[in-house]
Amino acid sequence: MAERTPVLATRGISKWFGPVRALTNIDFEVYPGEVVALIGDNGAGKSTLINVITGVLPHEEGEITFEGKSVNLTPQEARRLGIETVYQDLAIAPHLDSVANIFLGREYRQPGILGKMGFLDSKQMRSDTLQQLSRLRVRIKNIDRRMTTLSGGQRQGVAVARSVRWASKVVIMDEPTAALGVAQSGMVLDLIKEVRNSGIPIIFISHNMPHVFEVADRIEVMRLGELVAHLDPKTNSIDDAVSAMTGSIRMPTGATIK
Amino acid sequence: MTSSTLPEQTAAVPAEEPVERSLPSWFYILIVLMIMIVFFSIWHGTKFADRTNFQNIALDASQLMLLAIGSTFVIITAGIDLSVSAMLVLSAIVGGKVMVHFSGSPEQVRKYEFPDQNTGIPLGLAAAILTGLCVGMINGGIITKLKLPPFITTLGTLGICLGLANILSKGSSVPYVPIDITREIGAREIGGVRLLVIISATVVIIAAIMLRFTRFGRYTFAIGSNATAARRVGINVDRHLIKVYALSGLLAGVAGAFDLARFGTANASTHSTDNLNAISAVVIGGTSLFGGMGSIIGTVIGAFIPATLRNGLVIGGINPFYQQVLVGGILLAAVYFDQRRRKAEERM
Repeated sequence: MAERTPVLATRGISKWFGPVRALTNIDFEVYPGEVVALIGDNGAGKSTLINVITGVLPHEEGEITFEGKSVNLTPQEARRLGIETVYQDLAIAPHLDSVANIFLGREYRQPGILGKMGFLDSKQMRSDTLQQLSRLRVRIKNIDRRMTTLSGGQRQGVAVARSVRWASKVVIMDEPTAALGVAQSGMVLDLIKEVRNSGIPIIFISHNMPHVFEVADRIEVMRLGELVAHLDPKTNSIDDAVSAMTGSIRMPTGATIK
Repeated sequence: MTSSTLPEQTAAVPAEEPVERSLPSWFYILIVLMIMIVFFSIWHGTKFADRTNFQNIALDASQLMLLAIGSTFVIITAGIDLSVSAMLVLSAIVGGKVMVHFSGSPEQVRKYEFPDQNTGIPLGLAAAILTGLCVGMINGGIITKLKLPPFITTLGTLGICLGLANILSKGSSVPYVPIDITREIGAREIGGVRLLVIISATVVIIAAIMLRFTRFGRYTFAIGSNATAARRVGINVDRHLIKVYALSGLLAGVAGAFDLARFGTANASTHSTDNLNAISAVVIGGTSLFGGMGSIIGTVIGAFIPATLRNGLVIGGINPFYQQVLVGGILLAAVYFDQRRRKAEERM
């Protein structure tokens, strides 16, 4: 893995909220085609790290590199580079249909003068959506219906489909299964595998250890604002992960549990 | 998807069948309007069901229509605009004053001579429309930049505009407005239809197309549905909201210009409940006060209901104040049934 260039990497990132140190010297990397799980107890700094990576929050120390080049990200810039985020609280507009949600903020417009006047190309967006959903194997009976009429799993499916539609480089998923039932979570986990197989890496944040061990290729453990362990889901157990998260076993920063 | 998730998918499908193709929310209120028209036609015969009378109803509804169209966009964003009635009278009074000022010298207009009315009338109409547009932009600016709730913001500008309108007009009607404006614009007919009705209908059509087929409309729904989601996907929510409140102001300004054209004057004591009437029309038409849902066609039907009722009652010799009672009742019934229908639709 060492000879490959990470798509996205942080070097020595530190972040303070006033006097409180939220992140300490974080070195974090994502390589093409992998699912990296980011785990940790509440307040460990997972969301803060994600917000720094996506440019939502500024950081005080360290550097972020995108495809080997140092970048200074804003949320708009992150999106432009092909980094998309799926939020825990479903950043969809419930009164709009699946097509409108997938294209929200990036609508196709009619060619020519009509497009300049803001007329939407609904036909093209609709056929693109059908293609996208079938590629990801998300089943939605009627994509012209409001999201309020869909199940939680289908809504999350649309949210994931949207991020994948626009993410050419990295998808970040913040607790995508937290609000879902067992079967619906299964659908989202399958989606994550589909996306990984298409070559786009995923940063997967979750509290749910079985979910993490099902999809992750690598696991990064955060505790009190530091990355405290790298785990391998093939050799490490859920108990190892929980121990590292809670600090019941102490280890030097960044150690790999053998 | 692996086979393990398939049963859940297929199992979820039958529950959704009954609401496969639901009727639009304005459909039921259209039936109410139709029943009203049929009822009055049977009762009054050709005194009601007559081209001229329908023309009167359309003219009567045309001003409220403009306010209600603006309010439709505002309410779909989950906002509210209480200031439309005050923007209307302020626009009419500013427009009237400008019109008088540029139509002749003070001595001339006092003798009802308007040598420069060809400059005065267009300038006055433009001033009315611009006044509305400016106040609307101020509303949007306060809501987005100072982060005050739309209800409070527009309640404040309602008071400010009404006060300014009274100060400017010294509490009475604007005098010496050129008479030709009512003759040439207010009473003008094109192909047997009043110009004001044509303007109002054109606004309706443009608004319906904008809401349904353009990015502007799409963003209006998205912001009302989930403003955070809209922000996260990069929509400039503040800028869009300013545009929406500016549109509401612009249309109130046009409605103010209608006052000058219809009545040849403007008075701050008129239109005092038009803001609430506009909101009623929008809500009767099926637009949700919680945002994210609504239609122009619903609003059009909602604006025709009070006008039709008043007309039918007056022809029948019944006290037109009953119209207020009936419209209030229809408003409550419409919202009640609409809420029930939506709950049923969203039940999984």
